[in-house]
Amino acid sequence: MSKLLKWVDDRLPVVDAFERHMSKYYAPKNFNIWYVFGVLSMLVLVNQLLTGIWLTMMYTPTAEDAFASVEYIMRDVNYGWLLRYMHSTGASMFFIVVYLHMFRGLMYGSYQKPRELIWIFGMAIYLILMAEAFMGYVLPWGQMSYWGAQVIINLFSAIPGIGEDLALWIRGDYLISGATLHRFFALHVVAMPMVLIGLVILHILALHEVGSNNPDGIDIKKNKDANGIPKDGIPFHPYYTVHDLVPIAVFFAVFAIVVFYFPEMGGYFIEKPNFQHADPLQTPDHIAPVWYFTPFYAMLRAITFNLFGLSSQFWGVVVMGAAIAILFILPWLDRSPVRSMRYKGWFSRCALALFAASFVMLGYLGAEPATPIKTMLAQIGTAIYFGFFILMPFYTRIESTKPVPERVTTK
Amino acid sequence: MKQFLTVLLAMCIPVVASAAGGGGGNLDSMEPDLGDKASLQRGAQIFTNYCMGCHSAQYQRYKRSAKDLGIPKELYEQNLIFTDARIGELMHNAMPDEQAASWFGNAPPDLTLTARVNGPDWLYSYLRAFYKDESRPLGVNNSVFENVGMPHVMVNQGGLCAEPPHFGQDPKVDPSTGEVVGDEACEEWAIEGSMDPEEFDRAMYDLTNFLVYLGEPALMDRKRIGVYVLIFIGVFFIFAYLLNREYWKDIH
Repeated sequence: MSKLLKWVDDRLPVVDAFERHMSKYYAPKNFNIWYVFGVLSMLVLVNQLLTGIWLTMMYTPTAEDAFASVEYIMRDVNYGWLLRYMHSTGASMFFIVVYLHMFRGLMYGSYQKPRELIWIFGMAIYLILMAEAFMGYVLPWGQMSYWGAQVIINLFSAIPGIGEDLALWIRGDYLISGATLHRFFALHVVAMPMVLIGLVILHILALHEVGSNNPDGIDIKKNKDANGIPKDGIPFHPYYTVHDLVPIAVFFAVFAIVVFYFPEMGGYFIEKPNFQHADPLQTPDHIAPVWYFTPFYAMLRAITFNLFGLSSQFWGVVVMGAAIAILFILPWLDRSPVRSMRYKGWFSRCALALFAASFVMLGYLGAEPATPIKTMLAQIGTAIYFGFFILMPFYTRIESTKPVPERVTTK
Repeated sequence: MKQFLTVLLAMCIPVVASAAGGGGGNLDSMEPDLGDKASLQRGAQIFTNYCMGCHSAQYQRYKRSAKDLGIPKELYEQNLIFTDARIGELMHNAMPDEQAASWFGNAPPDLTLTARVNGPDWLYSYLRAFYKDESRPLGVNNSVFENVGMPHVMVNQGGLCAEPPHFGQDPKVDPSTGEVVGDEACEEWAIEGSMDPEEFDRAMYDLTNFLVYLGEPALMDRKRIGVYVLIFIGVFFIFAYLLNREYWKDIH
């Protein structure tokens, strides 16, 4: 150990921390490709923070100048277009990797005891990420920024009694204005990122406390050698740090292809009306949220009927909120004796497949203008979405499961 | 590894597939070519002479256009700046918005980003879609943008169609040579232009090409830079792959 390191280590437990979280953190050796999306989301977070810092240097958060300052970044700032596209592509990529990361959790039961807190921190990250992305989309002050914000903030006014005042409080004005833009800027670049980083740290600390799950859903700590090291575990560093570099390179390639060749992704990553300056007097023909919100938007619109004397709009907001809230209690809905889909029964497998398919379908429907047939499909999708969770305590308990092996399986 | 690639590709397919499905039905297709400097220069000339009287391009600087189009600054200042602006300034025009609104019903929109909002097909068709319609205040209408407030500025060059022109049959510009092949958009002319229809289509192609450039000047660089970035990532991938194989050969 070098003298400097020893000097520091006597005063700050750097070696201990490195060993605890990297070189002596034993991860199951049977991770498959689904286990890379956690690392990838961390990578995208760093990308967002770095490109975001530089964009902040050139961006002006006022209703008069915001749009022009974005075009200034695109034209007059050296490689400003690259920073902006990396940031806008990063936002969509963040949701792609986070959705796949969450699906991995659903597949292998990573939320089950003792990992409930990891799941809850993860869900909190997802929630903050949605707020962060929503506010970030308002900043370029284009038509979709403006009208998207209008639609979302109006959701709050559907709450009986306090709704109107709440929406007023959020906007800071009677309509979306420079006041709204300015506060969203503050929240987007300071408040939300701080909370996000804090939650990521909690997510990882909680993970390293109980150890990683694996595709077999086996507790590797049950099988330890004489030194107390799990027989199926390998040190995270250097094995997984090196292992992850390969898919990271592939991810970078996909990322670069989007940034350099399809930055708008056909209007899905950057919507075309957002190249028009926000205009409070002119509503766009079709207001669609960015793709990562569309499943929830479809559920909101699926509720077309009044109930118990309350408006359909109110129930739409309730359903949308419940769709996210129900994910938080998932660890207590799964009563299966096994974690992984590999050993769960056909009921669970079909339920998960149906759930994933309905989520994708809702995502498609949320981006489309509503028609009677599409609304009906959205209602079916919403029913499947909730059915997956509400029926989970029953189908996970009654189905027969396969025996789980003692040791992890590798190909 | 293969599995990972499959996952990533599967992620992209629905996005690309549905993205390709969009776009209007009745438009002529227009394939921009930003490598064709001569076309861009002609487009800039038309834009300055015929569009900038009413429209601005307020997010772009003259200097940037001059540099990207390979036009010497002095030449650009003498021939393509009609206001008293200096070459380092933004491409504003001299028409006040309020007056413009009273003349045309609406203030003419800024055109910097119009190609990114409407797309090249729409612009290329719109510019050639004017026809005679006495019921309109200016005596012209547009088959792509019904009841548009804009007059047919280039009527002396392009002529005026007697009937609403129709689009979307065959591509009118050969992408390989950039040449215009025939024109059936208008069958009967109310006013003949000084250009023949093919010449005018070519001019509108150049103008659209310039508008595409104007929408995103970075388009000139980004595809070229992307190649180097991808080569770098490719090399990085090889090293990462070999390093991983070396470390993992004793894990079973």
